[in-house]
Amino acid sequence: MNASANALFVEHVSKSYPLDGLDRLVLKDINFSVGHNEILGIVGASGCGKSTLLRLIVGLDTEYRGSITRSNAGDPGKRVGMVFQDHRLYPWLTVEANVGLALDTSPLSARQKHEKIGHYLHLVGLSDFAKAYPRQLSGGMAQRAAIARALAQEPDILLMDEPFGALDSILRMRLQDELLAIWERNQVSIVIVTHDVEEALYLGDRVIVMEPNPGRIRDIVTVDLPRPRDRASLDIADLKKRCLSMLM
Amino acid sequence: MARLNARGLLSLRGAVLPLGALSLWWMVTSLGLVRGPLVVTPVQVVAVPFLDASGRELWAALGTSMARVLAGGLIGGLIGLTAGYLTGLYRLAALGLSPTVHSIRQVALFAWIPLLTAWFGNGEATKLVFTALSAFFPLFLATEQGIRQVPRPLVDVASVLNLTYLTRITKLYLPAALPSIYIGLQIAVLSAWIGTIGAEYAIGNGRGLGSFIASGRDQFRMDIVLAGVITLAAGGVLLNSLATRLSHALSPWTKDLR
Repeated sequence: MNASANALFVEHVSKSYPLDGLDRLVLKDINFSVGHNEILGIVGASGCGKSTLLRLIVGLDTEYRGSITRSNAGDPGKRVGMVFQDHRLYPWLTVEANVGLALDTSPLSARQKHEKIGHYLHLVGLSDFAKAYPRQLSGGMAQRAAIARALAQEPDILLMDEPFGALDSILRMRLQDELLAIWERNQVSIVIVTHDVEEALYLGDRVIVMEPNPGRIRDIVTVDLPRPRDRASLDIADLKKRCLSMLM
Repeated sequence: MARLNARGLLSLRGAVLPLGALSLWWMVTSLGLVRGPLVVTPVQVVAVPFLDASGRELWAALGTSMARVLAGGLIGGLIGLTAGYLTGLYRLAALGLSPTVHSIRQVALFAWIPLLTAWFGNGEATKLVFTALSAFFPLFLATEQGIRQVPRPLVDVASVLNLTYLTRITKLYLPAALPSIYIGLQIAVLSAWIGTIGAEYAIGNGRGLGSFIASGRDQFRMDIVLAGVITLAAGGVLLNSLATRLSHALSPWTKDLR
């Protein structure tokens, strides 16, 4: 398989919910693909079906029209990982055990699993908190643990649903840089849903702009800028202006 | 230090009423203000389990009742836990089982005794079944409730991570239901204790605290009855603290919440 092939295809996907006896369309004819090792940002006003789209891709909801295919679907070792807006760590498990959940079906020995957990905790800077319970972590640390849990699955596609939305802006910028560093060291495609246009442009190779009622794709913006990017650069500012004009 | 003193004072305040009642009892009986064959002094009640031949049977009775409550409680509790888990998680089990259990629960526990003695006789089996029944209902209800309230977002995580069935039970459903199960356990332990003593008292033969109290009453030995009642209360407190300790040992993640 060549490097430019796509990891994920979303073709003609529509989704509706029954509401007051009527079907309300939340996603209308969504089409896009995600390349291997590509970072794809999705921005849009709330209610445009961004989160629903991720739920469809990860398989939490299987009732939709159209098709969602992965090039690695046949390989059980390649999975789709997901990071939610809230960390969703299990409060009764230590950070270590939470990350270990990702290796539940892995054939590795207990020792190998332990090493792998240690590796991913180190990657997100939580080595010292392996034995801590989620309650004892700050919001940013808990979110990093959730990212470690998703990475430990070693997915070829990582879906992120407003992963830094609940964090303050300085912490958010730091975690964005950490995410890029992790992405550079791991072979993974990332689809990141956000309401922060700047975040999408800073991280993404392309940014899908969605609009609501029903949720559909307005435009796909290519961010052809080398990394590391400068958040304050004129190029980013231009693209941001373009995206915002579509959103407002 | 100041907090410790305040706490000490508070717990002292709780002792005022029982100590007051005790001294009143002691005063009234030792000064001979109340007389009669049924009047005993606190000293007699304290001494009877040690100095009296019939009174010394209290210890064996206590041991028997404890063994009975643990055995019966464990059987009923485990069945309640399993049934509650199934009805909490599966719609089919809930439809098939819940209405029946919720209806049967409305029958007052002691109304079961005539039926149970008819089925299982006047021996050990009936007492065990009755104790098991007393522990079953609270644990069933609490577990069912707890499993139903497992947060949906955490279930989504289990799906995304592709957790196996066993892991879902041990790492998601049971721990998530634990706070509710603990409340059920506290109630079940006391319910089973009351059930054990009640069955012993109502059926009458054999050993146990209930039979001990019943035979003390038949012999007009109020010292034996009172010693039995106090032991019964102490047994309840002991079981309750065992349940609390078990709960805490099983949920170390709540340590800093306590």
